[in-house]
Amino acid sequence: MGRVLIARFGRLIATLFAVTFLSFMLTSLLPGDPAVAVLGQDGIQNEELLEQVREDLGLNRPIPTRYLEWLGNALTLDLGESYINKGQDVWGDVIVTRFPVTAQLAVMAIGIAVILAVPIGILGAYREGRWQDSTTSAAVQVALSVPNFITGIFFIWLFSVQLGWLPASNWNRVGDGLVDNLKTSILPAAALASTQMAIFSRLVRADMIATLKEDYILSARAKGLSNRYILVRHALRPSSLSLMTIVGLNFGALLGGTVVIETLFAIPGLGFRLINAINQRDILVIQGITVFVAVVYVVINTIVDLLYAVIDPRIRRR
Amino acid sequence: MTNVSNSPDYPRERLSPVSTSVGSKTPSGKQKRATVREVFAEMPWLVKLSAIWLILIIGGAIYAKLDVAVFDGALPLQDPNLQTNNFSAAAGGFGDGEPLESPSASHWLGTDAIARDTFSRLIHGGWVSLIVATVAASFGVIVGGFLGSLVGFVRGRTEAVVMAGIDVILAFPALILLLALVSIFEVRSLTLISLVIGVLSIPSYTRVARASSLAISNREFVMAARSIGSKPQTILFREVIPNVFPILLSYAMVAAAFVVVVEGSLSFLGLSVQLPQATWGNMINQARRDIKLNVAQVFWPSLVLSVTVLSLNQVGDFFQRRGAIRAAAL
Repeated sequence: MGRVLIARFGRLIATLFAVTFLSFMLTSLLPGDPAVAVLGQDGIQNEELLEQVREDLGLNRPIPTRYLEWLGNALTLDLGESYINKGQDVWGDVIVTRFPVTAQLAVMAIGIAVILAVPIGILGAYREGRWQDSTTSAAVQVALSVPNFITGIFFIWLFSVQLGWLPASNWNRVGDGLVDNLKTSILPAAALASTQMAIFSRLVRADMIATLKEDYILSARAKGLSNRYILVRHALRPSSLSLMTIVGLNFGALLGGTVVIETLFAIPGLGFRLINAINQRDILVIQGITVFVAVVYVVINTIVDLLYAVIDPRIRRR
Repeated sequence: MTNVSNSPDYPRERLSPVSTSVGSKTPSGKQKRATVREVFAEMPWLVKLSAIWLILIIGGAIYAKLDVAVFDGALPLQDPNLQTNNFSAAAGGFGDGEPLESPSASHWLGTDAIARDTFSRLIHGGWVSLIVATVAASFGVIVGGFLGSLVGFVRGRTEAVVMAGIDVILAFPALILLLALVSIFEVRSLTLISLVIGVLSIPSYTRVARASSLAISNREFVMAARSIGSKPQTILFREVIPNVFPILLSYAMVAAAFVVVVEGSLSFLGLSVQLPQATWGNMINQARRDIKLNVAQVFWPSLVLSVTVLSLNQVGDFFQRRGAIRAAAL
């Protein structure tokens, strides 16, 4: 176990270095003078400001030095200040205020997806090849193929335009009351969940079909245990491991998927801010959000890997 | 590859049975390639429908492109960017359209918010998806396929270095990395978008190719080639890559479904190909603002995009199942 931990930790550090370096290079990849790009249209005439930006970004020093300096600042949570939105601190005013919103959406989406996927997957496996299986499989195929912004628009049309139950956009913070928050968060979370639900239930179904053929299921049947008991206690247990892995991996991917949904529902999360930053060409904000999301993604993947090793004795022993 | 024919002790035929369908053997005992018609006959009806849909979309997109690029709008398809309620010098008067019109004989699927013909825009939008998906698949199959086959075959340090690089790119959430890269460029052409998505497609193909290459490199026909003393590059090109290739092609269909969604998302965010070029994603984005006035304009592009992705998934799954059976029989 100790060796696994050390090896995994070493890989984590290496990946973090690579990911931060790539994000850092974003400002250097820009065509032309990075200082001009960072400042945007207004800055081009202001020679003094340009010089200051060059100084801030350290553009006259070699890339490795610049990277280490930038990384040092990033480690102390200093990702620079937006030049386009003057005085906006990328860490304090962008990431700290907006990440909770995105994280809430992702957590809710995963929750909804798992709650729906497990019974659907079990039903499909238990009734393999019968009509219950073929109808749920078809529905899952559709859910898998419809992009989440289309699901989101459908929800808006149904629940806001037609029924008028929920708002089509806007966001109430959790602090403003849980019910108010739910009213604005349930539709986007459900839209995000639809694809995930399909992925999860396919996995549960395939996994359980294999498990149900095992001898110990047969012996549990022979003992006269109820179907429900066998399905939940004996069959779902081993499948929950692979489900957990894919949930963890998809949580990171969801942080990307929220970009589209946040834009659709006008939710003040990281993704919506990222799109604004791209439209304003606010390079430092783009860079800050990119590196933050990437680091969160890498860390989550590592944690999932380790948890897997902790829970599954077959891996632990290796 | 040329040195193969020069070495007298190397058999002219490949040692491995490549691209064979299960069970269909010619009288000579050699397995033969399945024809397109045979493969089509094998498909379940839903997969058949999907394949037909894809052919229609691809054909429509090419037709639309030909209409604009070669025939200068002479073919019977309306101009996708013409605002039909405006005065047009060519027609010598005001157009016959209104904004957000319902379907009619002149505008089969109605018109959008600025009175452009929705049917024509849908057909033209297919071109963007087609090009992006094709370029991504080509990059993936050619670059990723070669890289993966190579490192799975030679192993060692090369493999470690290449796969470490691949892991770093896959360490980013795909859409975030794509957005970051796209944001660098001020002018976003179809070429640029296809290239960026194409390059970002390479890692996942490399992984798939490496996994299959690893498995194939341990097979008895590769051992046989080794034991008769063929050169490593001969084995790579004659035995490994031809067997990895069909696996990659079936993966490419499923990957194309993902690419179409990604391009759709990018268009939806207004960060794909520049307007007025119609894409399914930007049609959805423009029409959703008028969802209270006219749902149909959101519905059509959403339907076409979703059905296309569903079809790609269906056909891709079919080929993957078929490939798995074939690989087992290899």
